[in-house]
Amino acid sequence: MAWTWFHRLASPPHVYRIAGRLTPWFAWPAAILLIAGLIGGLWLAPPDYQQGDAYRIMYVHAPSAWLSLMVYTVMAVAGGIGLIWRMKVAHAVAAAAAPIGASFTLATLVTGSLWGKPMWGTYWQWDPRLTSELLLFFLYLGYMGLRAAFEDLQRADRVSAVLAVVGVINVPIIHYSVVWWNSLHQGPSVMYLGKPTMPPSMLVPLLIMFLGFTLFFGAVLLMRLRAEVLNRERAARWVSEAIGGVPSGRWVGEEIGA
Amino acid sequence: MQAALPSTGLERGSAPSALAVARLMLERDLRLAFRKASQLVQPLAFFAMVTTLFPLAITPELSRLRHIASGVLWAAALLASLLALEFLFRDDAQDGTLEQYALSGRALTGLLSAKTAAHWLLTGLPLALVAPIAAVALGVPGRALPGILASVTLGTVTLSLLGAIGAALTLGVRRAGALLSLLTLPLAIPVLIFGAHATQLAIRGKPYGAPLTLLAALAVFGMTLAPLAAAAAVRINLE
Repeated sequence: MAWTWFHRLASPPHVYRIAGRLTPWFAWPAAILLIAGLIGGLWLAPPDYQQGDAYRIMYVHAPSAWLSLMVYTVMAVAGGIGLIWRMKVAHAVAAAAAPIGASFTLATLVTGSLWGKPMWGTYWQWDPRLTSELLLFFLYLGYMGLRAAFEDLQRADRVSAVLAVVGVINVPIIHYSVVWWNSLHQGPSVMYLGKPTMPPSMLVPLLIMFLGFTLFFGAVLLMRLRAEVLNRERAARWVSEAIGGVPSGRWVGEEIGA
Repeated sequence: MQAALPSTGLERGSAPSALAVARLMLERDLRLAFRKASQLVQPLAFFAMVTTLFPLAITPELSRLRHIASGVLWAAALLASLLALEFLFRDDAQDGTLEQYALSGRALTGLLSAKTAAHWLLTGLPLALVAPIAAVALGVPGRALPGILASVTLGTVTLSLLGAIGAALTLGVRRAGALLSLLTLPLAIPVLIFGAHATQLAIRGKPYGAPLTLLAALAVFGMTLAPLAAAAAVRINLE
């Protein structure tokens, strides 16, 4: 059957194995691309005629911003799959993704404000992109807060999945209302970067960084997913077999208790 | 699976229409709320109190307050409607009424829509009626009041709907206050932006139709989707 692979993803031991096998396929290309992108962006690319060397923070800032949005989407899609097909592993993916997304969002905010200091003369500007990024950060915090508020894991999974789906519908509305708000209250004071005229020597490292960051996210997600699955299934027999040790007394006790 | 409704005693033999049920729920919620009038007054008093903080903290000069009036009104309205959310599902969840709704075989989305409508009538509409008075106290000219009334009326509809989602999500959480704000406020940002903008334009005597239309669009969008999300969250929390 064509859908066998999908159904097999519902089995935690299978996911644990697959994730472990896939991790190096993300991690190594990510490492190579990130090194190549940093060399290209920090040394080989010419300084910008307006921003000098300050624009180079873009090579971290822009990919982080892209991932901050992508991870939220991954989280919402995983949550939706978990809600619809009642797939526990999908919820584990969402749980594993949330802190990564929040970290990328924070990285975007920090690099954005560091970039703002030389460009705008201030660490913080109520720029529409920075502002909606800040709101995205609050959405992540709310998601993780809601998840942490429940003792019962299944309920935490499903309630936070509803929130993620609601949030992902709202993210574009929030973004465009913030853009609209800003265009009314103050004119665009600074052009971000001369996008259409970016020469290949600047653009290629940026694209490499985008790909590298995305693969890096994949690797971290797979590693966190493995830890998440182990933690969730800690009472199961396959876990003690998978980690290759004699099960500790507490786990055996839980297994008997369950 | 259509569960029978043996003992509702509405109309023997035939199940009542969805509209009749919605009307009954609305009546019930309004009646219960009026028996505990202090719950109704508290968010309004809170709104008035927050509005009072700004002249005290910034300046008593009406000419300067007028410039920040739209922001003050909307921030206060947002906080007051957040405060009122606690009453939305809490009592019904505690005494098991919500569970009965979920088990009634009726579409939970419809029932929750009726509950949300009652909640808006009890908190959103009074806020909208009080907002122009607060605006006058902040030095806003009289010609701006219809615009303020219209924008707060439309905006609170969306706030009630978003709040219903937030309250449903946190049903099972014991002290949900701070978490509820953290969940609901980012989602309410578009309402704040368009509402405050409509108010600002009204105060300056400019046409404010565009942001008002967007507020109405948000309200309609919320009416179609928010009850679905709230019903899903209620069901999960009742399991």
